[in-house]
Amino acid sequence: MAKSGEAVSPVISQIVDTARAVETKINGLKKPEMKFPLRNLSNVRYSAKKGHFEMLGKKKERTLAVSTVKSFAQTMRMIALSKQMIETDERASKRDAYYQTKAWAEARCDEQPESDAILDDIEGLFGVNKEQLCFTPDEHGGLVAGELVVVDRAEVGSNATIDIDCTKFGSGAYGIPSDVEHLKFKTKAKFILCIETGGIFERLNRHRFWEKADCILVSMAGVPTRSVRRFVRRLADDKKIPVYVFVDCDPYGIANIYRTLKVGSGNNAHLNEFFCVPQARFLGVTPQDILDYDLPTHPLKDVDIKRAKDALKNDPFFQHYPEWAKAFELLLKMGKRAEQQAFAAHSLNYVMDTYLPAKLKNPKSFLP
Amino acid sequence: MSKKNVRAKSPQPSLFDATASEPEPAAAPVKAAALPVAPEAPEDDAEELAAAEPVRKAPTRRATAESLAEKQREISVSEFFVKNRHLLGFDNKQKALLTAVRECVDNSLDACEEAGILPELRIEIRELAEERFRIAVEDNGPGIVKAQIPKIFGKLLYGSKFHRLKQQRGQQGIGVSAAGMYGQLTTGKPVTIVSRTSPQAAPHLFEVTVDTRKNQPLVLKEEKTEWEKAHGTRVEIEMEASYKKGRRSVDDYVEQTALSNPHCRVLYSPPGQETITYERAVHELPEEAKEIKPHPYGVELGRLMRMFQDSQDRHISTALKNDFSRLTPKVVDDILKIAGVSPKARPRDLDTPAIERVHKAFTKVKIMAPPTNCLSPVGEEALLKGLRLRFKADYYDAVTRPPAVYRGNPFQVEVALAHGGSLPAEELIEVFRFANRVPLQYQASACAVTKAVLSVDWRSYGMQMSKGALPTGPMVLMLHIASVWVPFTSESKEAIAHYPEIVKELRLALMEVGRRLGLHIRRGKREAAEAKKRGYIDKFIPHIGIALKEILNLKDKETDRVVANLKTVLERSRENMV
Repeated sequence: MAKSGEAVSPVISQIVDTARAVETKINGLKKPEMKFPLRNLSNVRYSAKKGHFEMLGKKKERTLAVSTVKSFAQTMRMIALSKQMIETDERASKRDAYYQTKAWAEARCDEQPESDAILDDIEGLFGVNKEQLCFTPDEHGGLVAGELVVVDRAEVGSNATIDIDCTKFGSGAYGIPSDVEHLKFKTKAKFILCIETGGIFERLNRHRFWEKADCILVSMAGVPTRSVRRFVRRLADDKKIPVYVFVDCDPYGIANIYRTLKVGSGNNAHLNEFFCVPQARFLGVTPQDILDYDLPTHPLKDVDIKRAKDALKNDPFFQHYPEWAKAFELLLKMGKRAEQQAFAAHSLNYVMDTYLPAKLKNPKSFLP
Repeated sequence: MSKKNVRAKSPQPSLFDATASEPEPAAAPVKAAALPVAPEAPEDDAEELAAAEPVRKAPTRRATAESLAEKQREISVSEFFVKNRHLLGFDNKQKALLTAVRECVDNSLDACEEAGILPELRIEIRELAEERFRIAVEDNGPGIVKAQIPKIFGKLLYGSKFHRLKQQRGQQGIGVSAAGMYGQLTTGKPVTIVSRTSPQAAPHLFEVTVDTRKNQPLVLKEEKTEWEKAHGTRVEIEMEASYKKGRRSVDDYVEQTALSNPHCRVLYSPPGQETITYERAVHELPEEAKEIKPHPYGVELGRLMRMFQDSQDRHISTALKNDFSRLTPKVVDDILKIAGVSPKARPRDLDTPAIERVHKAFTKVKIMAPPTNCLSPVGEEALLKGLRLRFKADYYDAVTRPPAVYRGNPFQVEVALAHGGSLPAEELIEVFRFANRVPLQYQASACAVTKAVLSVDWRSYGMQMSKGALPTGPMVLMLHIASVWVPFTSESKEAIAHYPEIVKELRLALMEVGRRLGLHIRRGKREAAEAKKRGYIDKFIPHIGIALKEILNLKDKETDRVVANLKTVLERSRENMV
C-alpha cells in the first residue's frame, strides 16, 4: 500500500481532473455527473485465489439534479477540503471532517454519519483510502499481547526505532495505532489468535496463555477496524504465521466479524485487497461446538435469523464454501446461539485449559 | 329510533302514545313497565303467563287472576322516568349536567326563533358543594304566560312540539321537565322559573315540582318579582351532578352550540371561572322553518287511525286532502280506489281493516315529495363565518345539500370543515355532529354521521386515514342534519339512525367538500415542493461554485459564470420535472 506522502500528486491530479470535468459540463450547459462504485455486497465477488472480496464494476451515477444538489455540493466541498489538506500536509479525523462541514452554512452535515458517507464516497470515487486523502479514521485499534516485538519509530519524522515487547504489558496490552504501515515485527510465535471479546482476551492474557500456547493474542472488540485488519495482515504476511479466529457462535460473530476480517467488507471493496486477512481460519465457537461442549445457549433473535439467511442468500463468501452453508443451516436448525464466555459454565478457565488446547490440536478442522 | 319502532317495541314509546292520545289515562301505561296493567283484561294476561310455563310438569298455581289484579295499577310517566332516567340522558352525574343545560338551551333557542328574536343566552353553572350544582339558563325570548309555566316545567310530556312537524330542537316535550324532575329527585329542590312576556307585564317567579304519582305540577311558590329584562325566561335547577372538562363536557357543548347557531350570542359562566362570551357571527335570524303536515309515506298505521278518529271532516276524501301534504284530489281518488273505500265514508267510522287498506294504498300511488320550506339549514355562509370565528385554519369550506326525504320526512344535510392552520396535525380529526343545530356529544360510533365520515376514503383527498378510524390531520368537520323529525336512536337524542337516504346525503356532502379539500391539499403540497426545490437550488449551488473555485483556483468571474450556468441547467430541469 502506498503511503500518503508518495501518492500526493496522483491524487491531486485526480481531484483536479474530476473538478475540471464538472466545470466543463456546466459551462456546456449540461448536467455534471460523478460516478461512485456501489458500496454493498451486490458489487463484490469472492475471489478464492486472492482470498478476499473483489469489486465488480457496478457504479452509481450521481447526476446533478434538484434532488441531489445538496449531496453533490457537499461532495465537491469535501474534495476541495481534501485537496487543501494534501497540499498543506494536514490531517483531519473523521470527526474533524464532520466539524469542518459546519463551516459550510446550509450545506453542513447534521450528524457525523452524513460526513462519513461522503468520505466513503470520495474514497470510492478516486479508488484510494482515506489516509491518502488526508483523513484519518477515529476508530480505535485492537489490543495485542503475547510473543511479539513491534518495531515502531521513536518519534514522528525520526529514523530511530523502538522495540515494543508485547509480553511486557503486565495485565495491560499493546494498542494497535491507526497507521500501521511503518511497523516492523519480530516474533517466533506459532500463530495469531484473534478474539472477539475483551473478556476472553483478558482471561487469556492474565493467565499468560500466549506463553503456554506460544502465540500472539489480538483483541478485536467487535468488528475489526481497518487498522486491526491491516496489522494482523502485515504481521501474518511478514512472519508467515497462521491466523485463527475465536468469536461468538452467532451470525454476527461469523458473518460480520470473521467475514470482514478475512475477506473485507462490501463497503469500499476497492480497499479490501489491503484490509483483509485471507489466511484467517475459524477456530470457533462453531455450531458443532455447541453440541460437542454442551454449551448453554440463547435463542436466536429475529435479527440473527435474518442475518444468517441473508449471509446464505447474498454473501458471496459463504456461498463459496459448502462448509459454511452447512454450519449456518445447523445454527438455524438449532435456533440457538452461544457466546465465547459460555465455557465458563463448566469452569472459569475451561476455555483456556480444555477447549482451546483441544481445538488447537487439529487446526485443519477449522472452518475456512 | 323511528316512531314506528317506538310504538311497537320498547317501553318508552308508550310515553309518547300517552301524550299523543291526550289525557285518557288508560292509554298511557299499557306496556310501560312490561306489567300486565290493562285493567279490563287481567284474565288474558294471567292466562298468557300460565301458558308460558313449561307444559310437561304441571306447576302449582301461585296466584289467581284476581290476586294479580290487586297489584295492577296505573304507572305515571313520571314514575316511569324515575326508574328509567338513562333513557332521557340522565344516566350519570356528568351527563345529567350536560343534558339539563341542553334541554334548557334547546327550549330557549326554539322559543326565540319562533318569536323572531335574535337569541342572547346566559348559561351559568354554580358549584354549591361537592357534586351539587345549580344551573341557570336565561334567554331574551318571548317569555311564558303565567298559566302555562307550571305545566311546562311540572309535567312530563307537555309541550307544543310533539304534534307538529316542524324543524325544532325539542321534539317531545319531555326534556326540561325531566331535567327539573332529576333535580327534584337528587336534591329535593324545585325548579325556579322567572319569566316575563313584555315590558308591560310583570315578571313572575315560580317554584315548581312534579307530583310524580300523578304527573301533575305542584306549585310551591308563585309571586311577582323584579327583573331587569324586558322579556325572556330564566330557569334554575339545582341538581346532583359533576362538572368535568374535555370532550362531552358542558364547555364543549356550549362552544359547539355557538358554532351551529352563529346568530346566537352566548354568555357562559362555568363553575369558578370567568364568563366566556361567544359573539354572533351573523346578525340575521335563520329563515323560519315552516310547519308542515305529515306526508303519507311517513305515516304509520297507528297514527293514521288516530288521525281519522280525531278528524272533524265528514268525508274521508276531504280528511286526506286536509291532513296530509301532497295529497291532490286525483291522488286521493286513486288511493281510495285501490283501498276500496268510498270517498264519502266518514273518517271516524272506518274500521281497522279499511284504514289498513288505505295505509297500504299510500305506498301504491306516486305522491310528490313533501315540501321542503319546512327546513332551515344554517347555510353555507353562516357555517363558514362560524368556523372562521372559532378556528384558526387556513382553509374553510361548507356545503348545504338540497333537501331530501326519508320515509316521508324532509331533511337536509350540511357539512363544513376547517383545515390546516393551528389545528393539531398529528391527531385524528374532530367531528362535530349536529341535529337541528343541537350538538350531539355521545354515542358517536352508533351515529349515522360517524358512519358516513368513515365510509368516505379521505386518502384520495390527501388526508391520512387508517382502516376503521377517522382520518388524521389538522381538520375539524362539522355535520348538520336538519329535519322536521330527526330519527334519533334513543330518546336521549345522542345518535342518528342509519337511514340509507340520510347516509347517502351525508356522503355526497362529504365527498363534495372532500374533493375541494383534496385540490387544496395537493395545491399546497405542490407549492411547498416547488418552494423547497427553489430554495435548494439557491442554497446549494453557491457551494459547488466555492468548491470548484478552491480546487481549480478559478477567478471570481469564472466562478460566477459556472454558478450562473449551473442555475440555468437546474432551472431547466426543474421545469421539466414539474
